[in-house]
Amino acid sequence: MRDVFLRDLRLAVRAGGGFGLALAFFLIVTVLVPLAVGPRADLLAAIAPGILWVGALLSSLLSLDRIFALDLEDGSLDLLATSPLPLEGLVAAKAAAHWVTTGLPLTLAAPLFGLLLGLPGEGQPWLVATLALGTPALSMIGAFGAALTVGLRRGGLLLSLLVLPLYMPTLIFGAEAVRRGAEGLSVATPVLMLAGITAGVVALIPFAAAAAIRVNLR
Amino acid sequence: MSLWEYANPAKFMATSRRPMQALGAAAAVALAVGLVWGFFFTPDDYRQGATVKIIYLHVPSALMAINGWLMMLVASLIWLIRRHHVSALAARAAAPVGMTMTLVALVTGAVWGSPMWGTWWAWDPRLTSFLILFLFYLGYIALWEAIEDPDTAADLTSVLCLVGSVFAVLSRYAVLFWNQGLHQGASLSLDAEENVADVFYFPLLVCIAGFVMLFVALVLLRTRTEVRARRLHVLTMRRRMSA
Repeated sequence: MRDVFLRDLRLAVRAGGGFGLALAFFLIVTVLVPLAVGPRADLLAAIAPGILWVGALLSSLLSLDRIFALDLEDGSLDLLATSPLPLEGLVAAKAAAHWVTTGLPLTLAAPLFGLLLGLPGEGQPWLVATLALGTPALSMIGAFGAALTVGLRRGGLLLSLLVLPLYMPTLIFGAEAVRRGAEGLSVATPVLMLAGITAGVVALIPFAAAAAIRVNLR
Repeated sequence: MSLWEYANPAKFMATSRRPMQALGAAAAVALAVGLVWGFFFTPDDYRQGATVKIIYLHVPSALMAINGWLMMLVASLIWLIRRHHVSALAARAAAPVGMTMTLVALVTGAVWGSPMWGTWWAWDPRLTSFLILFLFYLGYIALWEAIEDPDTAADLTSVLCLVGSVFAVLSRYAVLFWNQGLHQGASLSLDAEENVADVFYFPLLVCIAGFVMLFVALVLLRTRTEVRARRLHVLTMRRRMSA
């Protein structure tokens, strides 16, 4: 399991664009929004939590189709499936690698982007906290979507259609917690709900994703 | 004699024809009676005026939008556990019907909301969760269409339906979190003290019955079409093999 994790990390780094691409995409989204809605500081500060969360969501979506598709193409997915490692563990390891290459850099860089959009200082710690809590769920749900569409040649668009609705609860609680934090309200409920979603997703989604992979390898 | 005998496609095709026709006819009668009764023979509401009558389309379609997904969930489970092809095909057949019901509920709600709330759309919990349900239907249908092998498609869509159900419920409660919203609370609950007045209630019940029968008849019709399409596919493949 650790070997799969490290292998995916190495592949992401050496194939180029692993860490950087998602982050660059996040930056572009953050720059595009002020260009689109105009540089009004009060407006931007009000919508900053939502934009940052939607940006994180989209940049996590960007690299999902690579989780399993490349391995299916060169046959290593079949090898991994016949290895002693259960498929559930494989899914968990691959989702973890995806998180380290997308969710983790986003979380670490998020305060900078928050600054760019004028997110109030009280919101900053909650932005980092909710992203740290929520992005593992995004990677895990994304791995499930990738497992469903792995057999399809042009699954990219379908993948986003399948995965984005599943992202909604995470997005709602994450952005709500940041918004409340920025306004100085109590954030306990949305943060706890977000943590609950992540815990549930991490515990249960590997089984669903592994079932989907088994069907696709049949 | 067990219920599972009807999972045999031949048996299903033989027995489902008559009930489908009967249900279709009954649905037509119930809808004609319920809608005419509701539209022309009930008084206008003292605050909402004639717009109240959209309830006869809005409530039953919303009910069937949710129950349609529930039916797909049960059918998917039966497919995953007992591998009955008719069950998978029924889930596939129900999805577009359920999606249409969701759309009808959304559109009638918007039409009613425009004069009553002064807005076509609001990000109210109920409205939002219906939009999310619509997206789930969309993704489910898209997955069915995208996969060529029928058994793989049935398996994957069933898994998606199970996972999607969990997330649909989660979304429902997540949007509740924002605020109470514009939409009125439930007014048809059996245990509530204050429900909708009887003059509106009885034609509404007829309409709900009509929508339920319409839904079942449409799903049966579409399932039969799917079974026939599958047979046709086998026949053409066979001919191609022998040619």
